[in-house]
Amino acid sequence: MTFAYVVRRVLTMLLVLLGVSILTFTLLFVIPADPARVIAGPHAGPLALAHIRANLGLDQPIYVQYGLWLWRAAHGNLGVSFAYRVAVLPSILVRLPVTAELAAAGLVAELVIGIPVGLVAAVRRGSALDRLLMSLSLLGVTAPAFWLGLFFIYLFGFRLGIFPLGGIGGVWHLILPAATIGLGGGAWYARLLRSTMLEQLDRDYVRTAAAKGASRARTVFAHALPNALAPVVTQIGLDLGSFLSGVLIVEIVFGWPGLGTWAWTAVQNLDYPVIVGTVIVSAVLITLANLVVDLVYPLLDKRVSLGGPR
Amino acid sequence: MAIFGPLVAPHNPDTQFLNGLNAQGLPVPPSRQFPLGTDTLGRDLLSRIIYGARVSLTVGLAANAIAIGVGTAVGLVAGYVGGLTDTVLMRLTDVMLAFPNLLLAMALLTLIGPGLETVIIVIAFTSWASMARIVRGQVLSIRELEYVEAARAIGASRWRVIVRCILPQLDSVVLVYLTLNIAAAVLFEASLSFLGIGVQPPAADWGAMIAGGESYYQIAPWVFLFPGLALALMVFSFNLFGDGLRDALDPRGGGRTS
Repeated sequence: MTFAYVVRRVLTMLLVLLGVSILTFTLLFVIPADPARVIAGPHAGPLALAHIRANLGLDQPIYVQYGLWLWRAAHGNLGVSFAYRVAVLPSILVRLPVTAELAAAGLVAELVIGIPVGLVAAVRRGSALDRLLMSLSLLGVTAPAFWLGLFFIYLFGFRLGIFPLGGIGGVWHLILPAATIGLGGGAWYARLLRSTMLEQLDRDYVRTAAAKGASRARTVFAHALPNALAPVVTQIGLDLGSFLSGVLIVEIVFGWPGLGTWAWTAVQNLDYPVIVGTVIVSAVLITLANLVVDLVYPLLDKRVSLGGPR
Repeated sequence: MAIFGPLVAPHNPDTQFLNGLNAQGLPVPPSRQFPLGTDTLGRDLLSRIIYGARVSLTVGLAANAIAIGVGTAVGLVAGYVGGLTDTVLMRLTDVMLAFPNLLLAMALLTLIGPGLETVIIVIAFTSWASMARIVRGQVLSIRELEYVEAARAIGASRWRVIVRCILPQLDSVVLVYLTLNIAAAVLFEASLSFLGIGVQPPAADWGAMIAGGESYYQIAPWVFLFPGLALALMVFSFNLFGDGLRDALDPRGGGRTS
C-alpha cells in the first residue's frame, strides 16, 4: 500500500517538474531579452550577435531548444553556463552543500527559538509572559529578513565587533545569517505551536493523564507535545518554498557563496542555462520536501494513513 | 498616512537639500529640520518614508486584487465543475507552488525590466495558486450543502449556482487571506526593490531606500534603519488586522504569510 503510494507520488512529482521546466522555457522565450547582447557587449555588430546566438543554440525554435534541454536533462546534463562556460549541474552541486549548511543552521535556529517559546506561552496561557512572548513573536514575523540581516551586521558585526561582517568560514560566520533566518521563522512556529498546544491541552486524554497522577511536566512533554508538533512539522514542509526564498535573500545580504548568490548573478547576466538549472533544482527540493513530509506525517499522527482511508 | 502623505510630510520627498549633506558629502543625522536625518542624496528621510507607504500599499493592494481574482476564479471552477477540469487546474497550481517564488520573480523582473506595473504583475503571478487551493477546498464543502442542492433541483444553471450560491459564502475566507497576503506582498515587493529590480528611483520605495543605505551603514545607519522600521510596522498592522479578522470570522488557523 505504502509502496504503491510512493510510486504514484513520485510519478506526480515528475509531472510537476516537467510542468515547471515547460513554464520556465515558455517564460524565457516569451520575454524579449537577448542574452547574446549581454555576452557580446553594447558595441557588437549584428554578425557577431548572430554568431553567438547560433553558438548557444538560441537561433533554434523554442520546441527544439526545449527538446534538446529535456533530452540532456534526462541524462543528467543541464547544459553549459553562458557567462562562465562551466557545466551547470556540477556548478549547482558544488554550491548546494554551502546553501544546505546555512539552511540547516537556519532551520535549527527556527526550532530552537520556536519550540521553547511556543511551549512556554501555551503552558503559561494568559500570563504576562505569554503576552510578552506573543507580541515579540509578532514583531519577529514582520521584520523583513534582508533588513534584519543588515541590522545584525551593523549591531553585532560593526558596532560590537563580535561577528564577521559576511562571507563564509567556520561556525562564527554562520551565526548571524542563521539567526536572521531563525528569528522570523522561529517567531512564526512559536505562534503555530502555541495554538496547537492549547488545543491539545484542552483534550480529554491530557485531563485523564493528569487524573492518573502524571506530573505536569509529563503530561506536557510526553502527552501533549508530540501531538501538537505534528501540524508544525507539516507546516515546515509546506513552507519550504518560502523558506528557500528567505535563505536566498539572506545569502545575498551576507555574501554567502551558495545557490542564492549564484542564481542572482545568473539572473543579472541573463545566463539562461543557470537560471533554468537553479529553478529546476529548487523545484526538485521543494516537491521532495513535500513528499517527505507526507510520508513522515502518519508516523507522527497515527490517525492519518497514506492515500486516504484504506 | 499613505493617503494624506502630502499634508503630513515636512518636505518634498525628491528635493535635495544643500544642507542635507555635510562637508564630506555624507548624509546628516536626525535634526530639527530633518526629523529622521537625510539620505545619501541629501533628501529628507521622513518625507520619503511617508511617500514610500503609498508605493508599498499600491503594490500590495493591486497585486492581491489580481491574485485574488484569478485564484478565486480558478478555485471556483475547479471545485465546482470537478472531474478533468479540476485535475488539470490543480496540477497547474502544483506546478506554480513548486516554483521558487523569489527566483522566478528575480528572473522575470530582470528580463522584462523593473517598474511598478511589472512588480505588481509578477507578485500576482507568483501568489494566485495558493488562493486557488484555498477557494477550491471551501467550494468542495459548500457545494454539498443542502441549499446548493436545492438551487440545482429547481433548475438553476451551473453558472448561476456558482455566482449566486457559492461565491457569496467565500467572502470571509478570502478577506482573512487577503489581509495576510497583503502583508506578504508588501514584504516581497520590498525584497525585490532592495535587490534593485523592483520600483525604480527616484520613486520613494522602502526596499530601495534600505538598499541605498546599505553601503553607508557604518557611517549613517539611520538611512537603512528607519525605512525597515516603517516596513515592519506596516506588515505588523496588516498581520494584526488579519489575526483580528480571523478570530472574528473563522476560528480555524491559516497559513504562513512570509
